[in-house]
Amino acid sequence: MTGGRVIALAGNPNVGKSTLFNRLTGLHQHTGNWPGKTVSNASGRFSFHGESYLLVDLPGTYSLMAHSAEEEAARDFLCFGNPDACIVVCDATCLERNLNLVMQVHELIPRTVICLNLMDEAKRRGIQVSPQQLEKSLGVPVIPVTARSGDGVETLLAILERVCQEPEPEHWEAPCPEAAKRAAAIVEPVLYAQGVPLPRWTAMRLLEGDRSLRHAIQEQWGAGGIPVEHALSLARRELERGGIFPEELPDQNVACLAEAAVQACGKAVQGGGPSERAKRLDRILTGKWTGIPLMLLLLAAIFWITITGANIPSQWLSEGLFFLGEKMSEGLLWLGTPVWLEELLIMGIWRVLAWVVSVMLPPMTIFFPLFTLLEDLGYLPRIAFTLDRCFQKAHACGKQALTMCMGLGCNAVGVTGCRIIDSPRERLIAILTNSFMPCNGRFPTLITLIGLFFAVGTGASGSILSALLLTAALLLSVGMTFLVSRLLSHTVLRGEASSFTLELPPFRRPQVGQILVRSVLDRTLFVLGRAVSVAAPAGLVIWLMANLTIDGQTILALCAGALDPFGRLLGMDGVILLAFILGFPANEIVIPIIVMAYMAQGHLTELDLPALGQLFRENGWTWLTALCTMLFSLMHWPCSTTCLTIKKESGSWKWTALSIILPVICGVLVCLTVASAVRLITNWL
Amino acid sequence: MNEPFLLSSLRVGESACVSGLEMYGPMRRRLLDIGLTEGTPVTCLLRSPFGDPSAYEVRGAVFALRQEDSRQVRMVRRGVSWG
Repeated sequence: MTGGRVIALAGNPNVGKSTLFNRLTGLHQHTGNWPGKTVSNASGRFSFHGESYLLVDLPGTYSLMAHSAEEEAARDFLCFGNPDACIVVCDATCLERNLNLVMQVHELIPRTVICLNLMDEAKRRGIQVSPQQLEKSLGVPVIPVTARSGDGVETLLAILERVCQEPEPEHWEAPCPEAAKRAAAIVEPVLYAQGVPLPRWTAMRLLEGDRSLRHAIQEQWGAGGIPVEHALSLARRELERGGIFPEELPDQNVACLAEAAVQACGKAVQGGGPSERAKRLDRILTGKWTGIPLMLLLLAAIFWITITGANIPSQWLSEGLFFLGEKMSEGLLWLGTPVWLEELLIMGIWRVLAWVVSVMLPPMTIFFPLFTLLEDLGYLPRIAFTLDRCFQKAHACGKQALTMCMGLGCNAVGVTGCRIIDSPRERLIAILTNSFMPCNGRFPTLITLIGLFFAVGTGASGSILSALLLTAALLLSVGMTFLVSRLLSHTVLRGEASSFTLELPPFRRPQVGQILVRSVLDRTLFVLGRAVSVAAPAGLVIWLMANLTIDGQTILALCAGALDPFGRLLGMDGVILLAFILGFPANEIVIPIIVMAYMAQGHLTELDLPALGQLFRENGWTWLTALCTMLFSLMHWPCSTTCLTIKKESGSWKWTALSIILPVICGVLVCLTVASAVRLITNWL
Repeated sequence: MNEPFLLSSLRVGESACVSGLEMYGPMRRRLLDIGLTEGTPVTCLLRSPFGDPSAYEVRGAVFALRQEDSRQVRMVRRGVSWG
């Protein structure tokens, strides 16, 4: 970290930390209305009045008492990362709960500044917060901010600058029982002599029995040992003399902080708690008879809008890009480019790229803003709340539902998101099963096949049927996730469900305009990036395979032929199976590969849906082929990016291998069963 | 009418005050951190469609707890005095 001031950004989960981070640094961390979005320390730079600042976004935590990996990460950075100052972001709509963390941070970092976020929400809900009163009670600057619109951010920076320039204030001591104060005073000088910074704070944590801190100070400063142990035992005796058993100390300290928070809020806050309207909405969204039907209806509606909306732009893109390809091809030939090179570039690379972009881009740029709206509103934690019982039965964590939702976007993101689950066993379950959720790259495949074989016909009935079938596919994915999670917790990842708390954040009015612009841009860049980095090289490989021959047969035909018997057994054929294998780098290219392989000349020409359907049928597809391809698309190996992420997150190739094998076994079994059953029935009839 | 009972038996719409936690380790600490200290009023707001978990209002925020855990939180009907 060269030059500039280091500023930590702390806060409870879901208070708009990421929004503020993005606003200050201009970076685009994904934000959403549910706890735990920031799963690792992100950092970014900004400058103010010519001074450079490094902003480190800590994971959202309720406390620094290190009972989860996130809290430990946040605490370690504040203790050992030596930040110049800390901004604690607070939710003005439920301030009292936020103050626990504020006071814990203030104990560590004298230069603490409170950013009172969501002031607009508070005002809308009739909650009155007085920053001046709060500042007086807490003794740190309090700046009201609306991070989403940027109101107050300028002032926040000005105050931050002032705080950094002024001499460091004295260390603040959190309120605690008198006996605890006396006991900590016994340990403090010993730690001080050993060179441990923040000796009083450290003494109190050691008295509370914080083991991870004991390790941390030993590693950082070689502190600890007999002198500290001796002082600690003296201090414990002092505690008992004061009527506190050492094991009660954490409770007593937290109670003191809670009491201080109540006092501070009593003066500064009027009103609060979820509004009657929010409660009513919650009762409907998670109601016994309404919760699940509404969830399915919402999903189906989103799918319907996606499918209907994507049709026309898809066609435009396809026509435009293929037209462009032809012009480029003419241009290349005019320049005297050899025909084989022109064919490789245009027929191979350009056309696969064009196909991927035109088929993938429109549905994704429609689906994601819609899903982000739900996310921003705060609906996803309600889904987790509604479905938790099923996860409980599978001995898994309810927050897995949140990681599954992330998986809908991209399984690699979903796998990383599993860090929000505290229990390592439950986290592994969530990681290993994430690829059962159809991602970004698989939705368009499903939509295309549904449109070709199951929901034929344009108009409302066709698109509604498509949406319902897609919802059914998703339900199957969710069902498989439960089943496999359950299987895992009864075999290799045996164990009971562990405790967890799930916050249901207040509903927030989504920033519709901002979401649309942001998420359309993000998705477009994402899809284009993938298309260039994966589809283009894949186009090259496929073109080569389709044009290089061994003994008069193309390599593509040879490979497909070799896979054919197994493919047919699963209700598909060799080409489809080969497409899934070649689609390992990205699921987006599965259908383009199939199409390319079927075209004798080995490249794509302009294709609309009817022509595509005809091509597939000419190559022996029936509705069963389409069904099995869809099932296999839902259940096969995760893409290469996801595999690498799983390796990174699980830390072992063994788990990565399992994450590949599990869906493959499921996919093979399901396809085999469906194909055999259907064949049996049709033969019998 | 100040018999202790468990948070899990609080019905939707009912309120009561925390009188103590009966679990230890990280979960105890977590519940304390979200504000379930002695004397804190808690209102049961929602029950999930499958009957578990339930959502509780604690200090202006809403948290869901599984029955496994809410069974280990002792409650009393009327407020306990602070301190």
